[in-house]
Amino acid sequence: MDFDLSDDHRLLRSTVRDFAEQEIAPVAEELDRTKAFPYELVRRLGELNLMGIPFPEEVGGAGADTLAYAIAVEELARIDSSVAITLCAHTSLGTQPIYLFGSPEQRAEWLPKLTAGELLGAFGLTEPEAGSDAGNVQTRATLDGGEWVVDGAKQFITNAGTEISGCVVITAQTGTDERGRKEISNILVPNGTPGYEQGTPYRKMGWNASDTRPLTFTDCRVPEENLVGPRGDGFKQFLRVLDIGRIGVAAMGVGLAQGALDEALKYAKERKAFGQQISKFQAIQAKLADVATEIAAARLLTYHAAFLKDQRRDFSLVAAQAKLKTGRLAVRATEEAVQIHGGYGYIEEYPVCRFYRDAKILTIGEGTDEVQQMVIARALGA
Amino acid sequence: MKICVLVKEVPDAAVEKRIDPSTGRMDRSGEKNLNPYDTHAIEAAMQLKEGGALQVDEIVAVTMGPESAVRALHKAVSLGADRSIHLTDAALAGSDVAATGYALAKALEKEQPDVVLLGQQSDDGECYTIGAVVAEHLKAPSLTQVIKLDVVDGGLRCERQAEYGYDTVQVSLPAVISVGDAINEPRYPSLKAIMGAKKKPLETASAADAGIDASLVGGDGSRVQCGEFKAPPAKAAGTIIEDEDTDATVEQIVAWLDERKLI
Ligand SMILES: Cc1cc2nc3c(=O)[nH]c(=O)nc-3n(C[C@H](O)[C@H](O)[C@H](O)COP(=O)(O)OP(=O)(O)OC[C@H]3O[C@@H](n4cnc5c(N)ncnc54)[C@H](O)[C@@H]3O)c2cc1C
Ligand SMILES: Cc1cc2nc3c(=O)[nH]c(=O)nc-3n(C[C@H](O)[C@H](O)[C@H](O)COP(=O)(O)OP(=O)(O)OC[C@H]3O[C@@H](n4cnc5c(N)ncnc54)[C@H](O)[C@@H]3O)c2cc1C
Repeated sequence: MDFDLSDDHRLLRSTVRDFAEQEIAPVAEELDRTKAFPYELVRRLGELNLMGIPFPEEVGGAGADTLAYAIAVEELARIDSSVAITLCAHTSLGTQPIYLFGSPEQRAEWLPKLTAGELLGAFGLTEPEAGSDAGNVQTRATLDGGEWVVDGAKQFITNAGTEISGCVVITAQTGTDERGRKEISNILVPNGTPGYEQGTPYRKMGWNASDTRPLTFTDCRVPEENLVGPRGDGFKQFLRVLDIGRIGVAAMGVGLAQGALDEALKYAKERKAFGQQISKFQAIQAKLADVATEIAAARLLTYHAAFLKDQRRDFSLVAAQAKLKTGRLAVRATEEAVQIHGGYGYIEEYPVCRFYRDAKILTIGEGTDEVQQMVIARALGA
Repeated sequence: MKICVLVKEVPDAAVEKRIDPSTGRMDRSGEKNLNPYDTHAIEAAMQLKEGGALQVDEIVAVTMGPESAVRALHKAVSLGADRSIHLTDAALAGSDVAATGYALAKALEKEQPDVVLLGQQSDDGECYTIGAVVAEHLKAPSLTQVIKLDVVDGGLRCERQAEYGYDTVQVSLPAVISVGDAINEPRYPSLKAIMGAKKKPLETASAADAGIDASLVGGDGSRVQCGEFKAPPAKAAGTIIEDEDTDATVEQIVAWLDERKLI
C-alpha cells in the first residue's frame, strides 16, 4: 500500500489550490450573491486542461487519471462548490457518456470542444416523474424519416442553459422490447435544436453560480445518428455514468468539508471569548478534531474509489460508500463550522454561510443517500 | 541564447515557520514548495523567450538542495523551463550564503548562460544576497530587485526598485538579475505541463561534477557561525485608548510617546 501522492498529483493539488485561492475565492461571494455563471473561470480552467482531466489526449483531454480528477475537484470545492459542480457535471455527466459510448463521429465532433472547456456538456436523466426511480423515463423519442422526434421534459439539469452549453445527452423511451418492457436509449441533443428549450434557472438553496434548469422537448428533431451507443442500452449506460460521477461528487464533499474546517479553525484562533481564543475551549476542539478525523477517513474512501477505477477494477460499491459518507460529512462539517462562527456564521460575509447552503445538495444529487444505501445493501447481498 | 534560472525549495507559505527546539534551526520538515519569488524569475525568462526580441534557445532551472529539492525543479519545468540541474551532495549541506552562491556559480560556469535570473529573496532565508554572490564569482554585473525587464539595444533595460524610487539601468550580457514580485503575474502550470515535466531532462550533479572545492562549502566551509536561533518574542498586548474626548485622547497618545522618548 502506498498512501503518498505522486509528485504530479502533489503539484496538481498545489496548483489548483493556488488557482482556487487566488482567482476564485476573491469572486466567490459575488458570484453566489448575483447568481452569475462563472464564464471567465471556466475559460481559465479550460486553459489549464482541467475541463477534461480524465480523458485521453487523443480526444483533447489531459490524459490524467481519476485520482487527479478527484484532487482537482476537491480543491475547487474547498473554495467554491458552484465552480466545482460546473466542472464535475461537465466532466463526469456531460462529456463522459459521449466519451464512453459515442460513435467515432460524435466523439470527433464534440470531445475536443468539451474537453477544452469551450463548450459545456450536460446530462439529462432526471424528470418530474423520474428521480431516484430514474428508469421511469417518460420522455419519448420516435423514429420518423431518419430522425428522432423527442417529446418530454427534464428536471434539475446542470450546465444545459449557459451561453457555452453545447449539448445534452438525455435518456428517452425509444419503444418497448420483445417482452413489452420499456426500451431506454441515450440521445444527444445539441443546443439550438428547434423544439429543445431550457427553462428559467431554479431559485436554489445553494450552488447559486451554477446553472440548473428544467428542459423541455417539443417535437424536437435530431438525426438518427444522434443515438448514443446501441439502442436500448440507455439504462445500463446511465448507471455506469452515475457510478463514475459519484467519485467526483464524493470529492466535492471532501473538499467542502475541508474548506469548512479550514475556515472554522482560522476563525476559532482569531475569536476571543471569556478572555481567550475560542479554539482553546474543549467543546470547540472536540468539533474540530471530530471533523478533521472524519475528513481523513472520507478522503481515503474517495481516493480508494478513484484508485479502483484507475486500476480498471470494480469500483461501484466503494464509490457509493464514498458518496454516502462525504455528503453527510459535508453537511455536518459545514454546520459545525457555522456553529463555531456563532452569529457571524449566519452572515454572508463569512464563506461558511455559503458553504452551509452548498452542502445539502450533496446528500441528494447524483443519487440520494437512500439510493446509495440501496446500492450498498444490494452489493452486500441484503 | 541561454537563460539559467536559480530556484530554491522552501517551506510552503501556508506552513507556520518555527524554530526546531532540538536543533536551534529552522524546522524544514513540513510541506515544501518552490520559492514564490523564483516563479516570478521563471515567468520573466518565459516572457523573454515568448517576447521574441531575443532568441532564447533554452531555459534551464538550477537548484542546490537535498533530494526533495527535485520537486522545486519539477515545478520550475512545468512552468516552462526546458530542463533542470540538481546540484546535490552531502558536502554541500549546511552551506551559508557565500558558500551557496559559490557552489551555484560553479554549476553555472559549465552552462555559460547569457542571463541568470533568480528571485530577489527566498521565503525562508530571506538574505537577498545570492544574486550578488553568484555575480561576483561569474564576474558578471549584478542587478537586484528588478521589477521591469525590456530588451533594448541587444541588452536588457531593467527598472530596479530602490528606497528612493526606481533606477533604470541598461545592462549588457551576460548578467545576473534578481527579480521582485511586481515584475509579472506568474502563470499557473497546465495539467499537461505538470504531467510532461518529468519527461524533460534532469541532470543530477555532485560537488565534484561541478568542480566545487569541497573545503569552501558545507558547514565547515562556511564562515557564518550560527548562534542559538530563537523565535521572535510574542507581541505584547497593545494599549487601546477609547476615543471619548479627542483632546484627551491626543494628550494620552503624546504622553505615551513621550514616556518612551519617541518624541
Ligand atoms: C441543483 C441540482 C442539480 C442537479 N443536476 C442534475 C443533472 O445535471 N442531471 C440530472 O439528471 N439530474 C440532476 N439533478 C437531479 C437529482 O439527481 C435528483 O434530484 C435526485 O436524484 C433525486 O431525485 P428526486 O428529486 O426526483 O427525488 P425523489 O426520487 O422523488 O426522492 C424523494 C425522496 O424519496 C426517497 N426515495 C426514493 N426512492 C426511494 C426508495 N426506493 N427507498 C428509499 N427512499 C427512496 C429519496 O431518497 C428522497 O429522500 C439535480 C438536482 C439538483 C437539486
Ligand atoms: C549555517 C547555515 C546552514 C544552513 N543549512 C541549510 C540546510 O541544511 N538546508 C537548507 O535548505 N538551507 C540551509 N541554509 C540556508 C541556505 O544555504 C540558503 O539557501 C543560502 O544561505 C541562501 O540564502 P537565502 O535563501 O536567504 O538567499 P536569498 O539571497 O534570499 O535568495 C535569493 C534567490 O537566490 C536563489 N537561491 C537561494 N538559495 C538557492 C539554492 N540553494 N539553490 C538555487 N537557488 C537558490 C533563489 O532564486 C532565491 O530566490 C543554511 C544557512 C546557514 C547560514
